[in-house]
Amino acid sequence: MDTQEKKSIKKKLEGACVGIAGIGGLGSNAAVALARAGVGHLVLVDFDVVEEGNLDRQYYFFDQIGKLKIDALVETLRRINPSLDCIVHPVKLKRGSMEILFRDVDVILEGLDRAETKTAFIEEVLLKLPGKPLVASSGVAGYGEPDRIVTLHMGNFYLCYDEKAKSSEEDVLIASHVALMANWEADLALRIILGEHHGH
Amino acid sequence: MAIEVNGRTVEWKDNETVTQLLQRIGYVFPLVIVKINDSIIPRKDFSQAIIPDQAAIKVIHMVSGG
Repeated sequence: MDTQEKKSIKKKLEGACVGIAGIGGLGSNAAVALARAGVGHLVLVDFDVVEEGNLDRQYYFFDQIGKLKIDALVETLRRINPSLDCIVHPVKLKRGSMEILFRDVDVILEGLDRAETKTAFIEEVLLKLPGKPLVASSGVAGYGEPDRIVTLHMGNFYLCYDEKAKSSEEDVLIASHVALMANWEADLALRIILGEHHGH
Repeated sequence: MAIEVNGRTVEWKDNETVTQLLQRIGYVFPLVIVKINDSIIPRKDFSQAIIPDQAAIKVIHMVSGG
């Protein structure tokens, strides 16, 4: 790849905006990957507070316990890239209007935890924002079977999927596996931003 | 007279709804996303949406974790 092409990738990423719904294990790790990759704009939506129990897999630190995840994550992201533009919404997504905050982003990345919320969110986005690229995941729990993860690609919808994984109520959530799925989602978001064949 | 469900060929039945198809193929997961051809079918419509012949169907189950 020549310098010109590398510059063009950098420029595209700087101009791109990714919206992240939920910044727990998936969303926080994905946000860090996107910020390091050079994505210039992030929209973050989460109402939660950092708890000690999050530290085993989410991108937060002991000294951030008690802070809003939104504030804690922006603090971390700005240590990576001080000029990163973060639009934050410390709110809970509400049924019937879950897609609204993501209308203007280039790619939506789903980082929610409960299956019910994930399903509702995906449904609303696909139905109400039909042209909008969406990256989501199902099957985050467990460990030791990374080869089972696949990408299902259906139009503008990309799902990072482990069909055989159990739910997090029946299996453990482990940092390595959660980060794998989060980075998988982030990687797909980059592919969407840069175009499928860019640089290949 | 056949449909494709997650890449597998399944017999098509006249006037069958999404709910009935999921039962017939033994898909028991409580939370699924269903796509028929290129359209997503909202869950509230599962009991009314009729599967057309030759349809390509994707059924994805969502599990908790994040």
